[in-house]
Amino acid sequence: MNRRNFLKNSLMTAATITTFAGLLIKPKRVFAAWPKESFDITDLNESIKSVYGHNNVNETSKIKLKAPDIAENGAIVPINVKSSLNNVESIMVFVENNPQPLSCGYNLTTKSQPIIGTRIKMGKTSTVMAAVKSDGKIYTASKEVKITIGGCGG
Amino acid sequence: MSTIKIRAKESKGIVTVKALMKHPMETGQRTNKKTGDKFPAHFIQEVVGKANGEEVITVHWGPAVSKNPYLTFAYSGSKGDKLELTWLDNQGNTDSQISEVK
Repeated sequence: MNRRNFLKNSLMTAATITTFAGLLIKPKRVFAAWPKESFDITDLNESIKSVYGHNNVNETSKIKLKAPDIAENGAIVPINVKSSLNNVESIMVFVENNPQPLSCGYNLTTKSQPIIGTRIKMGKTSTVMAAVKSDGKIYTASKEVKITIGGCGG
Repeated sequence: MSTIKIRAKESKGIVTVKALMKHPMETGQRTNKKTGDKFPAHFIQEVVGKANGEEVITVHWGPAVSKNPYLTFAYSGSKGDKLELTWLDNQGNTDSQISEVK
């Protein structure tokens, strides 16, 4: 390799590296807080672990999870979560049998009330779990929702 | 026209917000039956709710949220608050809407 080629190559490499670095950094900056890894995990326990760092969850009756017993259309399953726990930091909704169990997460502030609601898709009959983080501990409430027509894929 | 419809109502110091957004919420798992290709994922990742400029909720959504998503939440506030909702999807599109609390 002669000097001219060497210079040319190293310049090219440098340019490529900067472009790639730019590409990598850009979406990260925009979606800094969106936990991509947690949304990609396909196993429920792993998913809980990736969100909270541990699997130590307690069932409680202080969370009211409102969901239909039987949902005819899996593409629209209304979910409502209400909690009477104090200092709620976040509410997460997991669906066990979905391709990715983590459906949605709500990060609350001191001003917000622990009441959330949305509509989710469910592929098949599954347990829906609402996890509430309160005072650093994780509390959950679960409910089984039967699906007649799946809402994923097709 | 904005893609967000907001309805916010105050009662006993608590503002309940109901919002509807217009978005395909494509999971990336559906296949186009004609071509056999998968529809690329296109879904809202983040919704931020602000009351009078102060953040009250950050919502992270995965592809499992229904098409034209519906969102409710509540916060301690009062009548006349300027409530702003902003969404951001995985393709970098964004939209926001401001509504007054009734």
